[in-house]
Amino acid sequence: MTVTETDRPAEIGSEPGSETGTLTVEVWRGKDDGRFQSFTVPHRANQTVLDIVTWIQRHAEPALAYRFACRVGVCGSCAMTVNGKPRWTCRTHVGKVAEDGHLRIEPLRNLPRLKDLAVDMTPFFEKWQAAEGRFHPTKTRHDPLSTISPSSAKRKAADAGIECINCGVCHAACDVVAWNDDYLGPAALNRAWTLVNDERDGGKRTGLDAVSRSGGCHSCHSHGSCVEHCPVGLNPTRGIAGLKRMSLVGLLTGDAG
Amino acid sequence: MRLRPSRNHPGFWAFTAHRISGVALALFLPVHFLLLGTAMEGAAGLDRALALTDNPLVKVAEWGLVVLLAAHLMAGLRVLILEFLPWRDSMKRLIALGAAVAAVVGVIFLVQVG
Ligand code: HEM
Ligand code: SF4
Ligand code: SF4
Ligand code: FES
Repeated sequence: MTVTETDRPAEIGSEPGSETGTLTVEVWRGKDDGRFQSFTVPHRANQTVLDIVTWIQRHAEPALAYRFACRVGVCGSCAMTVNGKPRWTCRTHVGKVAEDGHLRIEPLRNLPRLKDLAVDMTPFFEKWQAAEGRFHPTKTRHDPLSTISPSSAKRKAADAGIECINCGVCHAACDVVAWNDDYLGPAALNRAWTLVNDERDGGKRTGLDAVSRSGGCHSCHSHGSCVEHCPVGLNPTRGIAGLKRMSLVGLLTGDAG
Repeated sequence: MRLRPSRNHPGFWAFTAHRISGVALALFLPVHFLLLGTAMEGAAGLDRALALTDNPLVKVAEWGLVVLLAAHLMAGLRVLILEFLPWRDSMKRLIALGAAVAAVVGVIFLVQVG
């Protein structure tokens, strides 16, 4: 029995919605020495860029490699370069980014390419660790809970940067990351900023040392490309500026601030 | 060459202007100081320097130097404000403000000296 298009169960990339013509989609194939492959994809209402990629894989090129999980902007795994800009593809509407019915989809910049649209995120997460981007507990489960006022300046500073989904979009947008292999990058530094402002974290001194080294916060030129592209609206530049001040105060007073 | 789309935003324009003006200053300021230096070497030197400043080409160059310095100074002050004062979203307007001040300085210099 042949399964026709209408017999298929509803699937990602072909949800119901009125068709409104077609799109020409160029997709990067291969690794560094790859090439663009062109596809003609039906344009549907409310279609996202991830829907397009999924449609191509389901209907035209089963070998296409790409990454996604949640499809709702939570997991941070679907970022790609779309018409030159890094974006979370699951929440990027085609209508917003297509130029004359044309899309060009490439892997994220500034990370090693694996195949097609998938990059190796290892260096990105290694930099989080290098920036001491992890919580350093000071209490055990037997201690009473810390009381942190949500309206304290430090907690507000931490809260402002806490919603990062580790998508790597800012890392791909940052030119300093491209220029300087050692640069920790906006996401790792943003995470470090939330931790040095977390009164429960016991790693402030090591954290501040980690981000004050060469390749740390002082390498940032405040271009603001990270702010411009972060899909959840975080402001790494602001946090990095905070780290620069804290690092300077720490240097002058020998105190972590 | 097409501008990389991820760079097409005011913050990156400001950085580009800052870097280009900084490098241009580093190249042209020595020439400027050389000219000033010759003017100090007695009356003959001063006359020579003054004759040179009458040259329209030199006038344009000096005007360019003033504009570069104004633009670089404003861009530098913006970076310092951005990084050393508590963040305010209104700081985004500093780019326009800096560009406006540099433009005004350029016009004033043009009117006064031109
Ligand atoms: C007039 C006062 C000046 C101020 C307030 C100033 C300020 C600054 C600041 C804050 C930066 C760092 C920018 C960044 O982090 O991206 C910078 C960069 C730079 N400055 Fe200046 N500067 C001044 C004069 C000069 C002069 C006279 C020269 C030339 C000899 C110069 C050449 C440069 C260069 C080449 C850079 C590197 C640009 C870059 O980072 O891309 N500056 N300036
Ligand atoms: S502000 Fe700093 S971290 Fe953000 S894009 Fe610019 S250089 Fe990179
Ligand atoms: S700061 Fe924003 S752009 Fe960067 S990894 Fe986190 S969510 Fe993504
Ligand atoms: S698939 Fe999870 S954020 Fe896009």
